[in-house]
Amino acid sequence: MTANEALFDYTLRLGDDALILSQRLGEWCGHAPALEADLSLTNVALDLIGQATLFLTYAGEIEGKGRDADKLAFHRDVNKFRNSLLVEQPNGDFGRTIARQFIFSTYQRALYQELMRSSDPRLAEIAAKALKETTYHAELAAEWVVRLGDGTEESHERVEDGFEWCWRFVEELFTAEPADAGLISAGIAVDPAKLRASFDATLAATFAEATLALPKYPRPVTGGRKGHHSEHLGHLLAEMQFLPRAYPDAVW
Amino acid sequence: MYTTEMSKNPTRQGPSAAEPPELLEAFEARVANDEFIEPKDWMPEAYRKTLIRQISQHAHSEIVGMLPEGNWITRAPSLRRKAVLLAKVQDEGGHGLYLYSAAETLGTSRDEMLDALHSGKAKYSTIFNYPTLTWADIGAIGWLVDGAAIMNQVPLQRTSYGPYARAMVRVCKEESFHQRQGFEIMMRLAAGTPEQKAMAQDALNRWWWPSIMMFGPPDENSPNTAQSVRWRIKRETNDELRQKFVDVTVPQAESIGLTVPDKDLKWNEARGQYDYGAIDWEEFWAVVKGEGPVAKERVKARTEAWEKGAWVREAALAHAAKQAARRQKEAV
Repeated sequence: MTANEALFDYTLRLGDDALILSQRLGEWCGHAPALEADLSLTNVALDLIGQATLFLTYAGEIEGKGRDADKLAFHRDVNKFRNSLLVEQPNGDFGRTIARQFIFSTYQRALYQELMRSSDPRLAEIAAKALKETTYHAELAAEWVVRLGDGTEESHERVEDGFEWCWRFVEELFTAEPADAGLISAGIAVDPAKLRASFDATLAATFAEATLALPKYPRPVTGGRKGHHSEHLGHLLAEMQFLPRAYPDAVW
Repeated sequence: MYTTEMSKNPTRQGPSAAEPPELLEAFEARVANDEFIEPKDWMPEAYRKTLIRQISQHAHSEIVGMLPEGNWITRAPSLRRKAVLLAKVQDEGGHGLYLYSAAETLGTSRDEMLDALHSGKAKYSTIFNYPTLTWADIGAIGWLVDGAAIMNQVPLQRTSYGPYARAMVRVCKEESFHQRQGFEIMMRLAAGTPEQKAMAQDALNRWWWPSIMMFGPPDENSPNTAQSVRWRIKRETNDELRQKFVDVTVPQAESIGLTVPDKDLKWNEARGQYDYGAIDWEEFWAVVKGEGPVAKERVKARTEAWEKGAWVREAALAHAAKQAARRQKEAV
């Protein structure tokens, strides 16, 4: 992989994580437990779609084959997506959605805090802009983890089940791809392993307040960064991509 | 979005025996003088009830209205369209919030209003009981449904009840953005491939009549109009608003090469307005009664969201109570 290809792949990962999670959150619209929760979930979805657009636009420019953000979002097949397995997981109940959001936004906040210092000015600029949004997402999710963990017996159990679903996907977030080595040493990409301590500390503090037990991580499941996804992503894309695929000549 | 008078039975017209005539007279005078009535002011019981019904119907319309458009968020055809639609549907949810709050100032609670919605006792705008079948329906809703909402809501910015009028000021600003984005979707489709243009025309064919029905029954059959106009709850009649909407919308359709599906539609030089064909009021009343094509789906979706979310709301309350207890303990 050339340096340019490695940067394309890295930027795609950033964009695909935001895009796919946004798509999942959009499914909640009109169906959340209360109007306020509905608004906050779609708010997060809206921020993420903005981030996805910026990263995918840049990825298309890096690639230099004339693909724009829409082309990348709507005309790639499942094995070309580079998002983590965590973000494509189905929403489940509100407990699982919150668990997924807490894990992802806590990771993403730590990531953007570093990425805003990237030697690639575009990545740095997008991360700096997105950090404010992501900080809000992480706080919102942590507040819900505390509410649900500390709330009732049922909510405690449900949010615990939600986290149980997600633990196997955590490791992937903190694992660099072999092709990243050059980008990391050039100060372009962030070494995700370095973000783990901050993630663990936030998790410990939030779980203490939420009266939740710290996780016993199972064997990790990975593959998303290479395009080996769960069965869920194909269905998500079938829904998301159907119009541009059905009418390839149309402009919307 | 929009609601209209959907009760066939008029509310009590005369003053209740318990209402002192001098208060009633002072109230009527203030309203006639275009003053705002505020939550703590004295008001006749029938005024309060009519407003609770109208504002809660309006709030329910916003919330149920999130469903037909929400149906296309996951399938919007570009990232920009997806973002705009998400923002729009969020606005509708926000309108629901202000409106429930405005209704609460009249002595009802959001939970009571939602119970009435879920049990089928409370109505919401008939338009949301029609399905969104293609992407063009998202354009048609923005253009026609939000366009109709603006016609209805602009005069409500001067409605006599202060909290409702103020909510409408915020709502109207956002609705005009919604109307423009809907029209822009239609414009793009109408200028697109033959399939896209056909999609746009099909959406106009299906949404036109339900949209002009949104203004409610004709004036001669609108039992509450006279009193509502006198009380400045309504500022223009259903037929006046409907005519305005037709007059504004027909040239818009023509400008993008779409045909309004009404063979009797023609410009009346003498009136300076369009004449339009007969509206199928039987369909309107059937939809009001809950017999619209997707009425069952809409109520089921709302009820399920509420029931499935009960544990979350209970958890939030339980956590808040525990926190309060802990703070109290620390203070001792």
